[in-house]
Amino acid sequence: MWNWIQRFSSPKHFYSMSVPLIKWLSISALLIGLYGLYLGLFVAPTDYQQGESYRIIFIHVPAAWMSLFVYMVMAISSGIGIIWQIRLADMVAAASAPIGASFAFLALVTGSLWGKPMWGAYWVWDARLTSELILLFLYLGYMALQSAIDDQRSADKASGLLAIVGVVNIPIIHYSVEWWNTLHQGATVTKFDTPSMHIDMLIPLLLMALAFKLFYATIVLMRTRNEALYRDRNRRWVRELVEKL
Amino acid sequence: MNWSEFFNMGGYAFYVWSSYALALVIILANIVSPLMQRKKVIKRIKRTLKREQLEREQL
Repeated sequence: MWNWIQRFSSPKHFYSMSVPLIKWLSISALLIGLYGLYLGLFVAPTDYQQGESYRIIFIHVPAAWMSLFVYMVMAISSGIGIIWQIRLADMVAAASAPIGASFAFLALVTGSLWGKPMWGAYWVWDARLTSELILLFLYLGYMALQSAIDDQRSADKASGLLAIVGVVNIPIIHYSVEWWNTLHQGATVTKFDTPSMHIDMLIPLLLMALAFKLFYATIVLMRTRNEALYRDRNRRWVRELVEKL
Repeated sequence: MNWSEFFNMGGYAFYVWSSYALALVIILANIVSPLMQRKKVIKRIKRTLKREQLEREQL
């Protein structure tokens, strides 16, 4: 079992295995994303309270969900890297950080663009917005630690610990709309009873969320391949591979 | 529904289209960035390989 994990998590094996994965993930992300956009912009009905402005949801909510999901991937792979010293896990964590940061940024800015017409302000220091901003800073802190420490193993350990400690922020973001009186609206999809959303709005939202997830999978594989090349630059498999390019 | 009505987004055009435009920019940046990173890494490794070859030839 252990040997099996070691072999399949070897950067060399990952490097060649990821090629077809990237191809199919990117194609499905594109197709599902386009279909979701079509349904979201042309088919979904106008909201009776928010008019057309609610269509920002099809970007805003998937981006916000992904900013949390990518953070959990980053923290869990950091943990796997620290505990079992699987190098590929450290590479996945390092590859995830900039992608997650971009999703957090997108969620914050689209939220701000949605807040202005609905609440009358681009920004309020409300619990949901503030905790999401802290998430962006955690991503940036992870990236800063990665690039500040020259020794790769120390860099992975330090930034990995930051990622793991920062997990405490994830439930705070999720439950912020229940724990505090926030301006931000409560959950509409992830409630235990039926989602309080029209099915013609819910379907494009879920399709866009799926497309974002597939997109992340594509990009994280591309970035992890680069990490593998760079970190193994003195190993034979990379040298032989680069000589042929 | 005609196209000008569609682009007007019930008066929320600026907010809606800015959001979608930013999403497009961030998606493109996420695609371009690893492609450039890959070129840079390969270039750097190639340079090292070439330098080592030169050193071997000088010996």
